[in-house]
Amino acid sequence: MLELRDLCFSVDDEAGAQDILNHISLTVPENSLTVFTGPNGGGKTTLAKIIMGLKEPDSGTVIWNGTDITHMSITDRARLGISYGFQQPPRFKGIKVRDLLGIASPKKLLSKKDACSFLTQVGLCANDYLNREVDASLSGGEVKRIEIATILAREPALMILDEPEAGIDLWSFTRLTETFEEIHRRGSCTMIIISHQERIISLADNVIVVDRGVVARQGTAAEILPSIVSGTTGDCPMIGKEEER
Amino acid sequence: MSELNSVDTALLEVIAGMKNGKAEGAYNIRKDSGCADRVNTENVVITSKTDKPGIDITFAPGCKDTCHIPVIITESGLRETVYNDFYVGEGADVLIIAGCGIHNCGEDASEHDGIHAFHIGRNARVKYVEKHYGEGDGLGENIMNPTTIAYLEEGAFLQMETSQIAGIDSTRRETRVECGKGAEVVVTERLLTHGKQHADSDMTILLNGEDSKGRVISRSVAQDESVQVFRPVVEGNAKCFGHVQCDSIIMGNAKISSVPAITANDLDAQLIHEAAIGRIAGDQLLKLETLGLTPEEAEDRILKGFLA
Repeated sequence: MLELRDLCFSVDDEAGAQDILNHISLTVPENSLTVFTGPNGGGKTTLAKIIMGLKEPDSGTVIWNGTDITHMSITDRARLGISYGFQQPPRFKGIKVRDLLGIASPKKLLSKKDACSFLTQVGLCANDYLNREVDASLSGGEVKRIEIATILAREPALMILDEPEAGIDLWSFTRLTETFEEIHRRGSCTMIIISHQERIISLADNVIVVDRGVVARQGTAAEILPSIVSGTTGDCPMIGKEEER
Repeated sequence: MSELNSVDTALLEVIAGMKNGKAEGAYNIRKDSGCADRVNTENVVITSKTDKPGIDITFAPGCKDTCHIPVIITESGLRETVYNDFYVGEGADVLIIAGCGIHNCGEDASEHDGIHAFHIGRNARVKYVEKHYGEGDGLGENIMNPTTIAYLEEGAFLQMETSQIAGIDSTRRETRVECGKGAEVVVTERLLTHGKQHADSDMTILLNGEDSKGRVISRSVAQDESVQVFRPVVEGNAKCFGHVQCDSIIMGNAKISSVPAITANDLDAQLIHEAAIGRIAGDQLLKLETLGLTPEEAEDRILKGFLA
């Protein structure tokens, strides 16, 4: 189980200190699928990065399975089974897809069969990709799917995915949601997915709307989805007027 | 012929992949300016030069063979200039594994200047692999100044892979390749410098023949206080295609200068150059840390991949 207690995070810019997260507390039950959703700039990615250790909170606590990991290094968190799929994964000159999966896997030697299986689950043909470098020759969607394959290869206890659907074509997206559904069905992994996609939100046990640095709402997909749709116009006074015309 | 000891065989394994000083096919081991071992085959004949230090290596037309020609120096203070000439017959397809290893435990500088000339016949294919490596706990410097000149006849192909793994205090590399009609050269240069090492590389690819192709891929890492200077030049003198790509990772207080140049002397010459220098990207390190590597392991893995 993951518990976030009273997390605050702010940045200093030209306008002074800006609160990104404002006293956020929430619980993610073991082996559940939780979706963080909400408007851009609401604080979802910052929250996910704090869980992985990519950012350190100004105050508050992160508890994973009873252990306070707030000040633990990224590496130690990874070794505890926490994994993170970047929204915009980096590319590596000279590192092949096979190498990256091998680094990710807890097994000393990742078999070709296993590597193929991880790529298939994200809609990539292993024969075409295993020996390709994870460099600029790959499209954004390909790199994104390889990123998710590395998360699958880690066999994590907690999987955090930041907008896994971004840049992925429709066919692969369907394959990907089936994969998430299957992992969730197996019940061997706690999943946090940052997403705006109705298809992914509908898979969730728990949907948390993060807006302006706070938990604005939370509940089941059935409870939250209608309010997300009606709330997409935000506070913009012009959008309503445009619709009236 | 001199006996090989354990230091020699270890060096030979690092620079030429030879096990216990032996290899399949033809080979010549040069140790401290002498010949430690030589094996000729039906298609590959190695002979010592009579007018200057070095060897001539002749590959029979149409043969498919491998030849190892490593050089090792274990005598501190030894300085030598060696001339090796390769004659590759028409239609041959050969792999040449060179390499130089210096084990210097003394106070004096050890230096190997290898001057290699390739004469590659029509439609012949050559893969040339060269590794440079230095070791030893003495104060003496390890110096290597390789010069490579290659002449490619019509339809010939040369793939040249050079790497400087570690331990070379100073290197000045000169490479010149002349491509005839339909000939192609691919040069891949990998270089790691650290400490106060200095590396200089001048390369000129002359695309003289119609439909000739030249490609230069340079990957380097400069650590600590080391200095690297690259000057790859591709000159298109006919309808041809040339591409120069230089990528460097800079670390510590190192300095890198990358000066690629392309010159077209023909309307149909198509030439491209790209050069980039930068530090290891922070998100690359973070990504590998999220996969369970420590920051040090992540850096090492990125460099290993980059120079692979």
